[in-house]
Parts: sequence; structure tokens; C-alpha cells
Amino acid sequence: MDALYGLFIAPFADFGFMQRALFGSLMLSLGACPVGVFLMLRRMSLSGDAMAHAILPGAAAGFLLYGLDILPMTVGGLVAGLVVALGAGAVSRFTIQREDASMAAFYLISLAVGVLMVSIRGSSVDLMHVLFGTVLALNNEALILIGGIVAVTLVCLAIFWRALVAECLDPLFLRSVSRMGSPVHFIFLGLVVLNLVGGFQALGTLLSVGLMMLPAAAARFWTVRVEPMCVLAVLIGFASCVAGLLLSYHASLPSGPAIILSAGVVYFVSILFGTRGVLRARIVHHRHRTA
Amino acid sequence: MTTACLTFRDLTLGYNSHPAIHHLNGAVRKGSLTAVVGANGSGKSTLMKGIVGVLKPMEGAVVRMPGVRTAYLPQQSELDRSFPARVVDLVSLGLWPKRGMLGRYTKEDREAVSKALMAVGLGGFEKRPIDTLSGGQLQRTLFARVLLQDADLILLDEPFNAVDAKTVGDLIQLIKRWHGEERTIMVVVHDLDLVRQNFPETLLLARQPVAWGDTKDTLRPENLLKARRFHEAWEENAPWCEPDDHDHGLDHDHHDHAHDHHHGHDSGPRAA
Repeated sequence: MDALYGLFIAPFADFGFMQRALFGSLMLSLGACPVGVFLMLRRMSLSGDAMAHAILPGAAAGFLLYGLDILPMTVGGLVAGLVVALGAGAVSRFTIQREDASMAAFYLISLAVGVLMVSIRGSSVDLMHVLFGTVLALNNEALILIGGIVAVTLVCLAIFWRALVAECLDPLFLRSVSRMGSPVHFIFLGLVVLNLVGGFQALGTLLSVGLMMLPAAAARFWTVRVEPMCVLAVLIGFASCVAGLLLSYHASLPSGPAIILSAGVVYFVSILFGTRGVLRARIVHHRHRTA
Repeated sequence: MTTACLTFRDLTLGYNSHPAIHHLNGAVRKGSLTAVVGANGSGKSTLMKGIVGVLKPMEGAVVRMPGVRTAYLPQQSELDRSFPARVVDLVSLGLWPKRGMLGRYTKEDREAVSKALMAVGLGGFEKRPIDTLSGGQLQRTLFARVLLQDADLILLDEPFNAVDAKTVGDLIQLIKRWHGEERTIMVVVHDLDLVRQNFPETLLLARQPVAWGDTKDTLRPENLLKARRFHEAWEENAPWCEPDDHDHGLDHDHHDHAHDHHHGHDSGPRAA
């Protein structure tokens, strides 16, 4: 019993920074994972990655002006992310160009600006910090920020759920019965940016996409409906955070990659053993029913 | 006196300044059942999009009777079949006009969904994932959604594609039932025999209306011949269309701004 306690409970019970890390990352999962499910279902999985790069110049501007302070970096990241998301979204909505191309164009420009800004007055250590974050150094400000972002995300998802599902499932139909199509798309892009920005203090801009996409991608192998898929993604996110933090504690590994790799393990397990995974499809389909 | 559900006023619809529907005038009577026929590229689907409002007119207007609820079944739906949804989720979208974005689905709503599925011969399909449906079953599912929309104006764009003969019969019965309920229906159809047997009125299109009215008169051989001579391709250098009552006689030779105002709207990418 004591061994189990030491392995699983003690790190969180004994250390304040571990409690904060756990609390922050669990909250992040609650908002980011459902957003990730919709990103995946809209075939925009890589857009999350692009958006993560896009928030760099904003975060860098905040960092250059105010140093390593969460608020200016967050606001900067938010502004840069929204500019890119809305710009790319608008180009794809109102011109012949598809969203993948416009998103690529906007984020590359944004990334170049960001790297330029960091290089003006920073060392590569600073850049690493912006890119990879530190979940073990979450302060109260950061936790409040994450909490606020999660609340906004969940409220928006609850309000726009039906429109979001309709916009994914049959956009032309939605346009024929309602004017919500474009607004809901932009609101959704806003949520993506918000959650990425929320994650970057803890996990960095690159790895916050991981917490968004990997649980969603894993959940896809277990269910054929959206609602359970979102719930499952959140649960996988939770499990990954706990496992990742414990791994990071016991093996002295950086916490961000440990969390994302835990989610990666769940992803591979899901590919193999999910109810819609590889093995199941191979084994069960030797038998079939008469009708 | 009969009331018009839809009125076209000098309606021109198209893509990149090329008209696909050119100066259409006329009215669709409330409670009428009209077949829209014509060759490929004659503007049938474009007209449907113009009526629904997903395509903005380059000139003129579509006037809908106030308060009219419209249901639209597109030829090429943008439905994502890989989306994790069940038949019941897809059909329930048809409750949107009634429940909107936030309204809760009631027990009656769920019963209405079942009844709609029953009406298209898909009773018991509620829980099926949509990616397991055949093409014809999906089309019937979409019909059930139209049924649920409970619309006054129903626009069906080639609804009988990929549907077997028996199902076409079922769907025609459904359309006739709507007709009996005084709903206004426009259906794009290619099968002229089907039109002759089931549709009282027909609009024959070839960018311009060739004939419009009683089906028997509209589908006379000389009209069909006229429609067949229609030239499908755009001409890049086609002259700008000047309305007859245009009073810009003086600056007739150069393209004045008023003109661009009429025809210069870029309607975005060309849809199929």
C-alpha cells in the first residue's frame, strides 16, 4: 500500500507545485480536448499545429516588452492567434482558396515574424521556453487564466453545440436554414486560439496542440457519436496529465513532453485495441450476420 | 385570385459576370407543384440556390411571400458522411426551423423524427451510423429531414438520383402528399416521362425560360427543340447585356459605371 501511495499519491500530496501542475493541466484538458475533437472532425487537425506557431509573434512581443510575465505574453498570443485565425478563415470563406492553404500562408508569415522578434533580443533559451513551457511553474495568475479560458470554452460549446455539429455535418443545410454558419466557424477558431494560448504557459505553444489533438484522435477509435467522443477525449486527457506528471516526477523528465507522450501511448493503444481499431476490424469481421 | 409564393423580378443569377439564369420574370403560385427541366448547365440548380438565398442575384430579385419557410434539398449536398452521427442526428437537423440553435428536443420531436423516417421507408434506422447507409438510403434520409422541416416552400434538386424505381414511386407519393397539403414545391427532374405523369406544371429552362406553365404545353416538341439548341458554354467575350429600358443612350459606346454596377458583382467561386 505504501509503495502505491508513494508512487501515485505522495507526489501530489507532498508538493504544492505538483498540485498546481495537476490542477492546471486537468483544467486545460477539460477545455482543449472537446475543441480538439471538433478540429479533428472538421479535418483541421493540422490547423491546430499551424495556430500554435501563429501565436508565437504575439507571445514574443509580450516577452520582449515585459519579460517572462504571463499576462502580456498571453494577450499578445491571443491577438496574434486571432488575427491569423480570422484572416485565414476569412480568406477561405470569401475567396476560392481553401482553408488549408490560407492557414499555411498566414501562420508561416506569423511564425517568421515571431522568430525574428525573439532573435532581436533573446537567446535560444528564451525561445525554448516560449515553445515548450513549464507546467511545474504554474503560478496563481496562470491558473486563474486557464480557469477562465476553460469556463469560456465550455459555455461557448454548450451554446453553439447544435450549430457546430450542423456546420461540420452539413454546412450547406445550415446555410439554408440559418445565418449561423460563418459566425459559428469563427467562434470555433477563436476557441482554438484561446485554448492554445491557455496551454502555452504550461506546455508551450507546440505541446499544447498535443493535449488538444492526441486525446481526440485516440477517442475516434472508440465511439461513433460526437458526445461520447468528447467525454472520452477529456478522460483520456485527464489520464495523460496524471500519468505524464507522475512520470516526470519519478524519472525527472520534462513535464510537457511526458504528458503528451502519455497521450501518445493512449493513441497507439486505441489504434490497436479500440472498438473501431485495427485488431477488432481484423478479428471480428471473419464472422458476419445473415442480415 | 391566386397568391404567388415566389416572384422573380428580372432575376439574373450567375458566376463571374456570366449569367446562368438570365432575366427571369414570373411567379410561382402558392400550392403549385412545378417540375424544373432543362439540359445540363441550363440554370436549374442555380435557380434553386438563388431562391434559397445561398447565391445572391447579379440583378433583379427573388421575392418570397413573407413568412414563408423554405426547405432545400441540394443536388450535391456538402454532407460529411464520415462525421460520427446517426441517422436520427442527421434527420433531427430538420427541427432547426422549429427549435433553432438552443431549443430542447421534446418527446413529440423525437416521435416526429421516427414518423418522418417511417414515411420514407426507413423505420427503425434511427441508430444507424450515417456512413453505413447506401446512396439511396441517404437520399431518403435527407427527404425525411425535408419532411421534418415542415416547410411551405420545398425545393428539391434532382432528388431521384441514385434512387431505385420503387423508392422513386414512394418519394413521388410523398411529394403528392405535400402538394395536397397546399405546399409549394419545385423539383428539378431529368426524366420527362416522370414529369408528364406526375407534375401539373413545368418550367423549361435554357438560361432563359423557354416555356413555363401547364406541363403538356411546356413539353411540346417545338419547345424541347428550342431548349436543345441552347448553347451551354459561356462566351468569354459575350457582349454586356443592356436592359431594353436602359436610358444611357448617350454613353452607349463605352462601359459606364452604371453598367458595372449591374453586372460586375463577382459571385465568388463557381459551385458545381
